[in-house]
Amino acid sequence: MATLTVPDRVPPPEPAPKAAPGAAPGYGPWRLAWRQLSRRPAARFGLVVVALLVVMAAGAPLLSALGGWSPTEFDQTAVDPYLGGLPLGALGGIGPDHWLGVEPVTGRDLFARVVNGAQVSLLISLSATAVVVLAGTATGIAAGYFGGRTDAVLSRLMDLTMSFPSLIFMIAMMSVAQDVNRIFLMTAIIGVFGWPGIARVVRGETLSVKHREYVEAARVGGSGAWRILGREILPNVSGPIIAYTTLLIPGMISTEAALSYLGVGVRPPTPSWGQMIADSVAFYETDPMYFIIPSLFLFLAVLAFTLLGDALRDILDPRGGRR
Amino acid sequence: MILYLARRFAGVAGVLFAISAITFTIFYVLPSDPAAAACGKSCSPERLELVRHYMGLDQPVWRQFGDFLTGIFSGRTLGEGPHALHCGFPCFGYSYENSVPVWDLLMDRLPVSVSLAVGASALWLLLGLGAGVTAALRKDTLVDRTLMVGAVAAASMPVYFTSVMLIYGVIRIAGLLPYPTYTDFTADPLDWASNLILPWLALALLYAAMYARQSRSSMIEAMAEPYIRTARAKGMPERTVIVKHGLRSGMTPILTLFGMDLGGLLAGAVITESIFGLPGVGRLFYDGLVRSDQPVILGVTLLAAFFIVIANLVVDLLYALVDPRVRY
Repeated sequence: MATLTVPDRVPPPEPAPKAAPGAAPGYGPWRLAWRQLSRRPAARFGLVVVALLVVMAAGAPLLSALGGWSPTEFDQTAVDPYLGGLPLGALGGIGPDHWLGVEPVTGRDLFARVVNGAQVSLLISLSATAVVVLAGTATGIAAGYFGGRTDAVLSRLMDLTMSFPSLIFMIAMMSVAQDVNRIFLMTAIIGVFGWPGIARVVRGETLSVKHREYVEAARVGGSGAWRILGREILPNVSGPIIAYTTLLIPGMISTEAALSYLGVGVRPPTPSWGQMIADSVAFYETDPMYFIIPSLFLFLAVLAFTLLGDALRDILDPRGGRR
Repeated sequence: MILYLARRFAGVAGVLFAISAITFTIFYVLPSDPAAAACGKSCSPERLELVRHYMGLDQPVWRQFGDFLTGIFSGRTLGEGPHALHCGFPCFGYSYENSVPVWDLLMDRLPVSVSLAVGASALWLLLGLGAGVTAALRKDTLVDRTLMVGAVAAASMPVYFTSVMLIYGVIRIAGLLPYPTYTDFTADPLDWASNLILPWLALALLYAAMYARQSRSSMIEAMAEPYIRTARAKGMPERTVIVKHGLRSGMTPILTLFGMDLGGLLAGAVITESIFGLPGVGRLFYDGLVRSDQPVILGVTLLAAFFIVIANLVVDLLYALVDPRVRY
């Protein structure tokens, strides 16, 4: 059958020609990208914060055990019943007992709630991102590579999905849905509206790659469509996909927080950042720390993923955001 | 051009039809019985049956949807006999809460949301494009870095955080403004603006940050094009080069973004309106959710979809004006 020797795996395109002078010869493209990444202070900051947040979310039960409080445990000794349940002590009750203070009225430990909230928020936003990237990449590659009627149908589907007022729709669907697994439901609903963006990017990249010589060579060599898609096209569009994925995450985190803020996210007593902020708005004057702490974590998470995503886009996507 | 327009309008109609079918299915068919919601808590089975018949819920789904669509285009009569209720031309049904036609509710609330969206978008275009273009023209200077750091930070702040901070700083601490209450533009334009300035700012900061980032990168890309070099080489003043050649092609990607964002906001900013207590469509939607008032939810969703689809159409048509390479 195929007697032509076809390269099994074509390396992705040079990530950035600018990397060449500083880099010793013989480094792979991913290694070069990593070197570039670690040279940027903003990206390093983003990377460190992201790593910390992921560790925090993954080790949430352990960390809250270390703090000595479970996220749903009430502590009436930490609040002042004569002041409408405001935390005792300065800065919203921050002290050796409660590291980030307590919630007014209930006295629940904020450290435990923030850490467990990180788990919920990151779990939902990262799995929604995974759903979006898988669905978007699959449809984008298929639309770009097969073209013709497949492309027409898939592109119409993308247009249709993008015409949905997504936030309004998500809120409505979350409130209509009865008690199933809220985390799973949220992931699915955010995912349903998120895929067309990345699908368009991947479609465009696929269009620009599909007539390159190595793809033609693979076709002449007798490779089937699936093999070409998986072995030739996918590795060559993976740079933009990775960059775009990282830039999707902050949006997902914000969306999850907005839904929780509006009270249609995970059900209490499970904590999530958006829900904590919504609860704390009423106390922003009397107990500002209660409002500031979850807001700060949400801000840092969105900021860190954005900085990391920006750097990755500059490095991996030769078109977007030239410097 | 005419063929193109006809095709686009057909597309718009198709998209709106698909969206209303999907929305209708989700909100009328899937969840708990809408008749029970309309009938209230103390509802006898006979009465429930009556309400169900009255609302047409004993009909097959496609008939219900057909009736709903007919209602939108020509009005419909709900029920029959002495209790029949006529619902005039754009009939989106009646609110379960207070039996007011949904269309009247929407039209009543729309001016608030439109005021919010239009003011905020003007502000964010000004701030965002100003910052983005300035940063692009001074690439890699201190000005550029400061603006972009500010933009990333502003884009990372959720709108409810900014809103609360603005309320706290401007209203509570500085006491510069009263707590916003909506005044109609026609009644008192100055009062209208001073009440809306904080919600405008809160929304505009978030969007301006995104627009600054986007316009910086597309402006840098535009200024690297060969025709810019040509324009400079033939002795055109730098100012004209930037405005006539750079801005014009650099701003086309912004147009798409702007259309989608403005279209999405016209039918209400749910969070911002709730925080500032503005009686707009977003607030109506939120209240509808809390009371599971399905006709209201469906009405707002369709209105929002309508705005998005129309905004996209307008953007595509504007492209031909802005970008001479686009021909239909």
